[in-house]
Amino acid sequence: MKQQTILEVKDLTKYFVVGRSIVSSGEVVKAVDGLSFDLFQGETLSFVGESGCGKSTTGRLVLRLIEATRGTVSYKGRDVAKLSGGELRKLRREMQIIFQDPWSSLNPRLTVGQIIGEGLRRNKELSQAERKRRVLEMMETVGLRPEQYGRHPHEFSGGQRQRLGIARALIVGPKLVVADEPLSALDVSVQAQVVNLLARLKREMGLSYLFISHDLAVVEHISDRIAVMYLGKLMELASKQAIYSGPRHPYTQALFSAAPTAEVGRPADRVILSGDVPSPLNPPPGCRFHTRCPHAQDDCRRLEPEFRPLESGHWVACHHPLARG
Amino acid sequence: MFLKRLLKNKIGLIGVIVIGLNIAVALAAPLLATHDPLTINLEAQAVPPSAQHWFGTDEYGRDIYSRVIYGSRISLYICLLSVVLATVGGVATGAAAGYFGGLVDNVIMRCMDALMSFPAILLAIAILAALGPNLYNVIIALGVVYVPRFARIVRSSVLSLKEKEFVEASRAMGNGNIYIIFRHILPNCTAPLIVQATASLAYAILAESSLGFLGLGAPPPAPSWGNILSDARNFMMENPMMTVFPGVAITLAVLGFNLLGDALRDVLDPRLK
Amino acid sequence: MEPLLRIEDLQVNFHTTQGVAQAVCGVNYHIDPGEVLGVVGESGSGKSVTALAVLGLVPHPGRIAGGRIRYRERDLLNLPAKELRKVRGDRISMIFQEPMISLNPAFTIENQLTEALRTHRSISKQEARNRAVEMLAMVDIPDPAKRIRDYPHHLSGGMRQRVMIAEALLLDPDVLLADEPTTALDVTVQASVLDLMRRLNERIGTAIMLITHNLGVVAESAKRVVVMYCGRVVEQGAVGEIFGNAAHPYTRGLLKSIPRPGGSELYEMKGIVPSILELPQGCPFHPRCPQAMPRCVREQPPWRELAAEHHALCWLYE
Repeated sequence: MKQQTILEVKDLTKYFVVGRSIVSSGEVVKAVDGLSFDLFQGETLSFVGESGCGKSTTGRLVLRLIEATRGTVSYKGRDVAKLSGGELRKLRREMQIIFQDPWSSLNPRLTVGQIIGEGLRRNKELSQAERKRRVLEMMETVGLRPEQYGRHPHEFSGGQRQRLGIARALIVGPKLVVADEPLSALDVSVQAQVVNLLARLKREMGLSYLFISHDLAVVEHISDRIAVMYLGKLMELASKQAIYSGPRHPYTQALFSAAPTAEVGRPADRVILSGDVPSPLNPPPGCRFHTRCPHAQDDCRRLEPEFRPLESGHWVACHHPLARG
Repeated sequence: MFLKRLLKNKIGLIGVIVIGLNIAVALAAPLLATHDPLTINLEAQAVPPSAQHWFGTDEYGRDIYSRVIYGSRISLYICLLSVVLATVGGVATGAAAGYFGGLVDNVIMRCMDALMSFPAILLAIAILAALGPNLYNVIIALGVVYVPRFARIVRSSVLSLKEKEFVEASRAMGNGNIYIIFRHILPNCTAPLIVQATASLAYAILAESSLGFLGLGAPPPAPSWGNILSDARNFMMENPMMTVFPGVAITLAVLGFNLLGDALRDVLDPRLK
Repeated sequence: MEPLLRIEDLQVNFHTTQGVAQAVCGVNYHIDPGEVLGVVGESGSGKSVTALAVLGLVPHPGRIAGGRIRYRERDLLNLPAKELRKVRGDRISMIFQEPMISLNPAFTIENQLTEALRTHRSISKQEARNRAVEMLAMVDIPDPAKRIRDYPHHLSGGMRQRVMIAEALLLDPDVLLADEPTTALDVTVQASVLDLMRRLNERIGTAIMLITHNLGVVAESAKRVVVMYCGRVVEQGAVGEIFGNAAHPYTRGLLKSIPRPGGSELYEMKGIVPSILELPQGCPFHPRCPQAMPRCVREQPPWRELAAEHHALCWLYE
C-alpha cells in the first residue's frame, strides 16, 4: 500500500554559531546535518537519540520555529520556507507542537481558558460564547474538568499540565503534531495516561506524530517507524518491526540494547559502548560514530557513510551494516 | 493575596505605613498646614521652633512646618512621575532590545551604557542645563537618568522569557511579535519591575532634593524638600533646626521606599512561593 | 547475616507555611553487607529524603521526628556531630543525580579527591594523589594521571558521574547511597555507569543503595527491592519476587504501566501522586487503587509477610 506523504524533508541542516564576538568568529555547532526523511499521513515517526543528537532541533526546524541553514521542508507539497508571513500563519494551524517541560511551556499568568483559547484568537468569526464552548469541549477531550477553566497552571500537577499543553496544541485542529519529549518530565504512573491520551487523540483526530523521545520503551510502544540520530545525522530509519527485530546500524543496536527493561537481571546481548557522546562542536571525521563503534574499520575514520536504503524502507548510514537479524 | 503577604512581612508593613503617611500628608496638606507655605513674613525671619511656628521659619519668615507639608506634594509628585517616565521608557527600550536582539539590542544597550556612565546627578544637571529648570524638566531629567536601570532589568527578563516554551507555542500558533510581547513577555517581568520602581522612587526623592539643594530643582519659591533644605543652608550655623526638618522628611520617605522595595523583593521572589 | 544499615520507623516531617507534611512516615528497611538494594518510588515518595536522613543531611525545612538509623550497633541519629562526620563520607558515602552541582567548579579533580582523602585519613599529599589516580583508573577514566588535573567543566556528564563515584569510593566505604545516579545521563552512558557500579560492587564489596524512579534500572541491577509511595515502604522483597510476583497494587500498577511493544492500550493507573501535604486517610494509595476496600479508606494497612523476605503494606493480605 502506498501511503500518502504529508511531510517531505530534504537535506535539512542547521548550524549554530556559538561564542561569536568582535575578536572571534565563533565556532560552528552542526546541530542537524543533512537530514532527509518523509512522514506519512497518519503515522507516528519517532526520533530517538542521545542528548545533543539534534532531535529537538529537527522538530523545531520542521515547524520553522527556527530557520534552517539549508534544505527544504515541504508540507503537503509546499515548501514551508518559501511561504509569506500570512501563509505561514495559516499553515501553522496545521502543524503544532507539544513540549517537554510542562512548567516552562505554560504562561503562569494566564488561566486555563486563556491558554487553550489562545489558538482561537485569530478566528474572528467565533463569538465569545462559541470560543468558550470549544475550549471546554477540548478540555473534556484531554481529560480536564470544566470547573478548571478559570484556574492557573500552578494549581495543576505535571500530568494535568501536559494535558493542558496538548489541548492548546490540538484546539487549532492540526494535522501534524511534533511531540518533543512529552513524557520525560512526568511520574512513571502518570506517563501511561498521557501515552494513551496521545494514542487516542491520534486515532480520533487523524493526526500524524513526529515523536521525539529518548525513552525507548515508550518509542517501541507508540511508533510506526523509528529514526535514530547521532550527532546531527540520521543513522538508521526503518519500521519499528525492522529496528527491533534486527537493527542494521551498530549504534542502533547499542542504543536499544542499553535501554533498561523491566526484566530481572542484565540483558545478555547488551553492547556497552566505551566513552561518551563527542561534542557536536567538534564531531569526529568520517563516520561520526566511529569513535565508539565496536566494529569500526579504517574507512569509517576517513569516509562519511552515505545514508542509503538497504532494502525497501530501511535506510542506514554505515559502511559495514550488521547482518540482518 | 499578594498584598496580604506584603503586609505579613514586618519590614513591608513598616514601609507601607511610612509611605502611606507620606502620601496622606501630601493629599491632606491644606488641612495639616498651619500657614500658607509661600507667605513671606519679614517680622519673623529665621525664628526657632515655637508654638506659633512649630518648625520655626526660614530667612523670609515662611513657616517651615507648612513648607515641609506642602513640600511632600511637590517632591512625591516629581519622583512618582519621573519613575513612571523611566519605567515606560525602560520597558519600551529594554523589551525591544531583549526581544529583537542583534543590532537593535546593540544600539539600544550601548546608548544605555553611555547614559549609565555618567554619575546620575551630573547627567540630570546637564539635561536641566539644556532644557532649563522648571518642574516638568526636572521630571524629564530624572526620568531619563533612570531609564537605563529599567531597560537593563527588562532586557534580561525578556532574554530569559523569550526562550520559554510558551512563547514558542504562541509563535507556533501563528501569533505576531507585538502580541507575544504584550501577552506573554511583559506580564511576566512585572515582579522585578515593581521592585526596581520602588527602589528608584527612593533614589528619585534623593535626586530631587539634591537638585533642589543645588538650586536646579522645582523653581523657587515652590516648597520642595530640596528647596527648603537649600534655603536653610545659609543658616546652618545660627539655626541648625531649619535643616533638620526637611532632612527628616527626606530620610523618612527614602527609608519608607527602601523598606517597601526590600519587602517587595522578598514577597515577589517566585522561589519563595 | 547481621544487616549493615538498618532504618527503623523513620519519620521525617517538613514544616512548611501550609502545615506539617510527613515526607517519611515510619519507614523500615535494611541493607546487608555487599548487596545492591534498589529503592524505587516516584516524586514525593520520600526515597531521597530517607537516604539523606541516613547521613543527617535532611534539607530545610525537614526535621527527623522519630525512629532510628542503626549502623554497626550505633544509632546515627543520636551520634554526636563529630562522630557522625567520621561516618559520613568515610563509612557511608553518597552520590547524586547531577554531578555538576556536586563538584566544585573552582577546583581540579585532584583537589577534590585528595581533600576528601586527607580529611579522613592522615596520609601525605603524594599518597593521596596516587590513591586518587588509582581510583580514577578503577572507574574507567582513560589517562587518569592527566585527567586528574582537569576542572569539572572539562569532563562530559558521564565522566563527571564516574569522578563522583571515584570520590565516593575513595575511602572504601561500607555503603554507597546512589540517588538517581544515572537519571541525567544518556542511555548508552547509563548502561556503562550501571555496569561499572555492578563491577565495583562485585570487586570491592561495597553495598549499594540504588535510589531511582526507573524500574528497569532496578530490575537489572538490584538483588532486593524496596518500593516506596508517599513516604511509606509499600512492598519489599527479592528482585525476582517483586518483578515476577508483585503483591501490592501500586507495584503491580507500576509494572503494568511500563510501555511494551505492540499498539494495545497501556494500563493506566488512575489519578496522580497526592501532595504530601494532603495525604488521604487510611492507606495513601486507596484513591488510585483498583482493589480498594472500605477499610482501606479508614485504617492504615498492616505490614504483612507474604513469603520469606517478601512483605507488603496492604489490607489484601489480611
